[in-house]
Amino acid sequence: MMNADSMTSIVTQLNALTDGLFLLSCFAMVAMRQILACLKIFIIQACLLAVSACLLGYLYATEHLFWVASITVAAKVVIIPWLLRKSISDDVYARREVSQVLNIPTSLLIALGLAIFAFALTSPLLPATAGPAKVNLPVGLAGLFIGAFVIAARREAVPEVIGILAMENGAFLAGISIAPTLSLIAELSAAFDGLVVVLVFGLLTRRIYKHVGTTMVGNLTILRED
Amino acid sequence: MTSRLLFNIVQVLVVLGFAPLVKGVLARLKERVQSRQGPSIFQPYRDLRKLFSKDEVVSDQSSWIFRAAPYVVFIAPIFVTLLIPVLTNYPLFFAFMGDMLGGGFILALGGFFAALAAVDTANPYGAMGASRTRMVGFLAEPVFMMVFFTVSFSAGSTIPYIVQENWISPFSNFFTPSHILVVLSFLMLIIAETGSIPVDNPSGHFELAMIDESKSLEYSGRGAALMKWGGYMKFFVLLCIFLNVLVTPWGLAGSQHIYDLLLAIPLVLFKMFLFLLVLVVIESSLSKLRLFRITEFLTAAFITAVAAILVGLLQI
Repeated sequence: MMNADSMTSIVTQLNALTDGLFLLSCFAMVAMRQILACLKIFIIQACLLAVSACLLGYLYATEHLFWVASITVAAKVVIIPWLLRKSISDDVYARREVSQVLNIPTSLLIALGLAIFAFALTSPLLPATAGPAKVNLPVGLAGLFIGAFVIAARREAVPEVIGILAMENGAFLAGISIAPTLSLIAELSAAFDGLVVVLVFGLLTRRIYKHVGTTMVGNLTILRED
Repeated sequence: MTSRLLFNIVQVLVVLGFAPLVKGVLARLKERVQSRQGPSIFQPYRDLRKLFSKDEVVSDQSSWIFRAAPYVVFIAPIFVTLLIPVLTNYPLFFAFMGDMLGGGFILALGGFFAALAAVDTANPYGAMGASRTRMVGFLAEPVFMMVFFTVSFSAGSTIPYIVQENWISPFSNFFTPSHILVVLSFLMLIIAETGSIPVDNPSGHFELAMIDESKSLEYSGRGAALMKWGGYMKFFVLLCIFLNVLVTPWGLAGSQHIYDLLLAIPLVLFKMFLFLLVLVVIESSLSKLRLFRITEFLTAAFITAVAAILVGLLQI
């Protein structure tokens, strides 16, 4: 049987590994061309967030983080993807290539720059959050930035919604390391916020698609008066 | 001292002898996945024997580079074998002659000569293939560098024998995020460097779509055999670096006993077999990328490697 110390160090490493994969999933979201693949990456990202919350819950011995994990799984792995699939017609998902403002290698390098910026930004804060969760803060912040970049770089409505949700994932990942005993009501309200956002966006996109026949947000720029 | 020199030579013999077998097993597995019979796993040996017994035709328009290239391509992986752990987990006689960067340079030298020789004969497909391999090569170069930096940064050394210890002592080091990310990134690199499917199709016979194969189109007889054998050994050496240094440093000989060394041969081959299964799944479930998508593939590998060094900087 392993002693408690080596168990703790393994769980710490696993948490760091989960965070590393989370960072990778943020990059993957920038690189994916298909909308459906974007959605799948988002589901994986939410799963990784839940795993990280569980591992930190074990390390800090708080049940709040397990609640966070279960809320994340329920809202972001099951309900939000289902809502996105239901509210928007299949034609949108069937399209093969999402158009982007920049080509993919350039976008990836910009995302990398954002991640380095996030790491540089949080490095003075790290001594304050010393402990097993010290990877969560920079990775979460990087997720936040890259989510914002996804919103800016994509021209389609659905990936932009996924970008907003990825920002929220990043914020949660950073949050659980700073405030492991946040009250449940805050987590619940944040999760409901996400749900409402998806519902509103989904219905709006559906209406736009019905009236205009496209969900290309990028085309909105040609709507100006001369 | 003498035993270390002897073991080093045994390592070279193992690489020489088993490299065609690994390639044969890979070809057979791929055919089986596509529910075909496939060639025997010893087919590469037969190919080599046939080519060695045939006459060689060399264009009189070609220069010395064309004649020298097969030998360089053949010898480069052997030199790298002297530097890396193939069977033992302690440094052998030549281990401190060069580090991982040195090994990378020697392998790149072989590729460089192969590309030059392809241009040398003025065969249009050769020049096209050479320029494509160079494109893949220069995109893979920064990934190589980043992987080496990450590995040597976390191990504090660039000698492969010392690096491998670092990942498993203590055992929780195995789950370090930088380790896993480096492994992912190096896997993508191996796929690009050995011309496996998302980047190149090694079994394709259409010259316009070739990347790696078109470089040796002009060779015949002994030259072709040496080029082929060199290619098999390069694949074997890359697998050794990947499996013995980066992923699973288990199963290597720990003591200076000859039986340990002999026992390590089937264990290393078994590890390679497991990796070939993974490679076959990757190759059979993906389609070949268009030429200009390769940039995206290798950018993804680069990003993964940089993410590894970023997370590694936190000293987790």
